[in-house]
Amino acid sequence: MSEPLFRTQELSVKFGGLAALVGLDLEIHQGEIIGLIGPNGAGKTTAFNAITGLAKPSDGKVIFQGQDVTGWTATRIARNGIARTFQNIRLYTDLTLVENVMVAGHSAIHYSFLEAIAGAGRFAYDEKKLRQKAENLLELMGLINMAGEKAQSLPYGSQRKLEVARALALNPSLLLLDEPVAGMNPVETIEFGDLLGTLHSDLGLTVCLIDHDMGFVMDVCHKIKVIDHGIPIAWGVPDQITNDEKVIAAYLGTG
Amino acid sequence: MTGGASSTIIADETILRAQPESSRFPGRVREPEGLCPLKNTATRDRVLTAAATALAAAFLWYADHHFSDYSIRILNTVAIFIILSVSYNLINGVTGQFSLGPNAFLAVGAYASAILTLSPEEKIRTFILQPMSWPLSEISVSFPLSLIAAGLVTALLALLMAVPVFRVRGDYLAIVTLGFGEVVQLFANNLISITNGPLGLKGLTPYTNLWWTWGICFLTVFCTIRLVNSSYGRTMKAVREDETAAEAMGIDAFRTKTLAFVFSAFFQGVAGALLAHLVTTISPTLFGFLFTFNLLIIIVIGGLGSTTGSVIAAALFAWGGELLRVVEEPITIFGYYIEGIPGMRMVIFSLILILVMLFARSGIMGRNEFSWQALIDWMRKIPRVGRGSHE
Repeated sequence: MSEPLFRTQELSVKFGGLAALVGLDLEIHQGEIIGLIGPNGAGKTTAFNAITGLAKPSDGKVIFQGQDVTGWTATRIARNGIARTFQNIRLYTDLTLVENVMVAGHSAIHYSFLEAIAGAGRFAYDEKKLRQKAENLLELMGLINMAGEKAQSLPYGSQRKLEVARALALNPSLLLLDEPVAGMNPVETIEFGDLLGTLHSDLGLTVCLIDHDMGFVMDVCHKIKVIDHGIPIAWGVPDQITNDEKVIAAYLGTG
Repeated sequence: MTGGASSTIIADETILRAQPESSRFPGRVREPEGLCPLKNTATRDRVLTAAATALAAAFLWYADHHFSDYSIRILNTVAIFIILSVSYNLINGVTGQFSLGPNAFLAVGAYASAILTLSPEEKIRTFILQPMSWPLSEISVSFPLSLIAAGLVTALLALLMAVPVFRVRGDYLAIVTLGFGEVVQLFANNLISITNGPLGLKGLTPYTNLWWTWGICFLTVFCTIRLVNSSYGRTMKAVREDETAAEAMGIDAFRTKTLAFVFSAFFQGVAGALLAHLVTTISPTLFGFLFTFNLLIIIVIGGLGSTTGSVIAAALFAWGGELLRVVEEPITIFGYYIEGIPGMRMVIFSLILILVMLFARSGIMGRNEFSWQALIDWMRKIPRVGRGSHE
């Protein structure tokens, strides 16, 4: 098979004496939707943090588009095409929806702060483009009617969608979703699954997601990686995972 | 998947194509460009702003010719306080980085410009402890040039501080700027061949007038509002709201904070230059921490993060401070003679701050900005409230 879009090699993270993640090998090819699951405290979010530069990997490599991005700053990784959402929603609560999304487009602007003050150069054009794009993304997420509201006024499920819209504003090649449907009701979950399908089919987006909603994960993911206590224990298509003894033991405990 | 999708697929056009408006939001109709109400209000706002500026200029012209020296002094102070608080609010309120540096920047700006505008002869006369070191002793530039120089010197010092401080997260900025204030004072006292030490610099030409203070005040407010409303301003707010989430969205938090800090220091330096040529005598003790403390009161009362809130609060503070001089004077109430207590004004300001913290934590404006629309809505509400009470 061709070189994957993204892979981690023996990625490990230690917090003092605690091995939060041990030797994660993950391969994601262009256009795939990958699930990363495991019981609470298994190291899933740690893996995302290590990939996106928010946690320092103690060992191993992160390779993205053939480039070693291990240890890069979060800013640099985000600009390089890996966008993410957060498990504990981290919006800019006092900014409006459209501003939240526009923030993520900042790296694409071409004007300097002096041009912004003078209102000259590419300022007006870039701002218009940025706003247009943010509005398009909000429309895509079904949030356009609330574009001018502050993010903190949104209901929980919509806040998650706003996080996705904001991540998409980075034009990511790889989107990492950390528990995107947590706290959503079953209808919202199904809608979100459809939305993800649309993003995948229409935009060819590559996604890696963490979630505890097994129905959702089995539905949308092409392949699934299971980790437990920081250690990867299984890898395969959804059917394989549901019948894997180690996975069942990890989730239900060994009798 | 669309055929031949490249790695960065989510171009604007793609999203437009992926989302035919009619299919997904059948009820939503886009308003045609020409009928967009936003455009009309934008024109109206521009006209109103221009009218208000013209009115302010007319007022300044009138004040310049007819007001007493005392009133003109107050107006100048108001403008300088607005410059200081608006720029201070940018780093503390908009970017959320707790700086305690304005008094130091004010001092640096004041000294820089004063050293530059004094003529060589005046320098020989002033520097009696030690002659001024060359080449400063020979340099003498015009007032406008010294304003720019004061801003640039201050901005440069802010940049030098920003590099180590913003590399790490946390409240180091407060500690470093607080220390910087002390260092500046020490330097002013001991670098006698540059600052004339504790004697200070005297006999500066009073270049500062209403046009300079208010001109630069408008410039500061204008530049700050433009910056805050640009993408740079949004990233500053994002850093304030959640620095980790900002970095995860590709924002360079270091650059963002540095820009806000240096930008704010520039205008504080310019304000220092204006102040120096207003009071005409500067000494190391003039720029104590009380300045920063007052500015902190102003931006909190105005609403942290609100530029227009800072303007309103600064004006109230500088003007109200003069009105409150009454409380420091001896007064007779019902035949009782009460001796004036110097410093009573500060007690009242502190009380106001405590009351704001208790009952109106978001200050006058909260994080909102003044807008003509809000003013119009507010003015429309008044008669309605009046009518409502009659029913």
